[in-house]
Amino acid sequence: MSIKGTAYIAGIYEHPTRLAKDLSLAQIHAEVAKGALEDAGLTKDDVDGYFCAGDAPGLGPMSMVEYMGLRPRHVDATDTGGSSYVLHVGHAAQAIAAGKCKVALITLAGRPRAEGMATGTVPRSRGGTPTPDEPFEFPYGPTVVNMYAMCATRHMYEFGTTSEQLAWIKVAASHHAQHNPHALLRDVVTVEDVVKSPMIADPLHRLDCCVITDGGGAIVVVAPEIAKSLKRPKVKLLGAAEFVKTQMGGKVDLTYSGARVTGTATFEEAGVKPSDIKYVSIYDSFTITVLMQLEDLGFAEKGKGGKLVADGNLIAGVGKLPFNTDGGGLCSNHPGNRGGLTKVLEAVRQLRGEAHPAVQVKNCDLALAHGTGGSLGLRHGSATVILERE
Amino acid sequence: MAAQETKQRKLPAPTVSAEAQAYWDAANQGKLLVKKCLACGEFHHYPRPLCPFCFSDKTEWIEASGKGTIYAFSVMRRAPVPYAMAYVTLAEGPRMVTNIVDCDFDKLKCEQPVKVVFKPTEGGPLLPMFTPA
Repeated sequence: MSIKGTAYIAGIYEHPTRLAKDLSLAQIHAEVAKGALEDAGLTKDDVDGYFCAGDAPGLGPMSMVEYMGLRPRHVDATDTGGSSYVLHVGHAAQAIAAGKCKVALITLAGRPRAEGMATGTVPRSRGGTPTPDEPFEFPYGPTVVNMYAMCATRHMYEFGTTSEQLAWIKVAASHHAQHNPHALLRDVVTVEDVVKSPMIADPLHRLDCCVITDGGGAIVVVAPEIAKSLKRPKVKLLGAAEFVKTQMGGKVDLTYSGARVTGTATFEEAGVKPSDIKYVSIYDSFTITVLMQLEDLGFAEKGKGGKLVADGNLIAGVGKLPFNTDGGGLCSNHPGNRGGLTKVLEAVRQLRGEAHPAVQVKNCDLALAHGTGGSLGLRHGSATVILERE
Repeated sequence: MAAQETKQRKLPAPTVSAEAQAYWDAANQGKLLVKKCLACGEFHHYPRPLCPFCFSDKTEWIEASGKGTIYAFSVMRRAPVPYAMAYVTLAEGPRMVTNIVDCDFDKLKCEQPVKVVFKPTEGGPLLPMFTPA
């Protein structure tokens, strides 16, 4: 059994804020839910499935179900970090295909800026009962940035990837962000700007890192008969897959990500190949994240990602593989330090023809969105979806 | 940037669970232990009572040679006291999360030979780290 064609994305919304001092976490969840339902032409009372992850306040979905006044007959609070919401799109399709719901709402919200959180550069213990891995990692000072940086170190060692090649990823994102009025960073940067920005954790510079922003977003996934009844362009789910990649008992391999597994599975389910894809939304917590995922998804041979991303090849209207045309997490938005949901949003905008005219990909009928959550260098969740404009 | 001292850096104590008590007791005596599965023969890290490869509950502690090579590293420059995060490939096979200490951070390289040293934590057991061999 496949979920191919069993569900459509009917509504999307991205909160315009990037600093939410005066908004509560629950309020942002509710505002993005309202926005996505209005975009679809549906109401709160149509929602019979609700999906959220660890960013939602309270135990699993319960507090938000109550706060928003929902009555779902299907809930799912699977948390694989920033990849959760890409995974939720696949889970929503499964639930719809199984007859468990017809209108699935997925929400994300976060306010790390308002809360003054040192997101990427300070080791964090989760508190409470430690995870089994924590005693063997936390005392050494793993941070978000240095664990991703180690993947870059090894990639450079094995394949000769350069800081300049990684910098092109930020350059491309900045070319797109200049057209997004809501983007946190709208200035176009050069390769030199990136490699001369302060070193945070070798070999990653400040401009190799994503932004830290408050905000959120929501997605409404619906059954085919609901999609038909709505007035919005129809975006059909062709395939979805998820995976958790770990240290594998000590057989650590930092040269690839879980995208190797989810990419293969998603392309197989969708019945398409990487060269068919017109636009990609790729998780961009750091430049190295993008490069590794593009290789693992099959857009370049392993080790050749540096050549793929260089010389503007990811810039819409310039290169062959336009990516993250909203400016992505690197320049626009990484709400709650979880960037997967916004990846789906820009893919849907591209397929609808509703991206900014300066970055809209012509005849964009097939798009891929991929998320990575957790730590690329420790353990991470991967999720991929392929979407088609019908 | 000159050689960095790790003296001033305070290391948080690991939480010692019953299943890993032997590991931390050995660390306090300057020994690095790894787990080996008696059923499939694989070494693993971090240590678990059940083998993550074959799920046998017949696992034993082996004293590691303390020798290894750097698999990957990153010097955390943006920290009050910069430090070198690393994965070290132990001679026995498993790769472990650790730090490279007592060295010039600017001269670290992948596949460089290293040996184990033990550093004090704040109110906890000694912590195995590595230094260029």
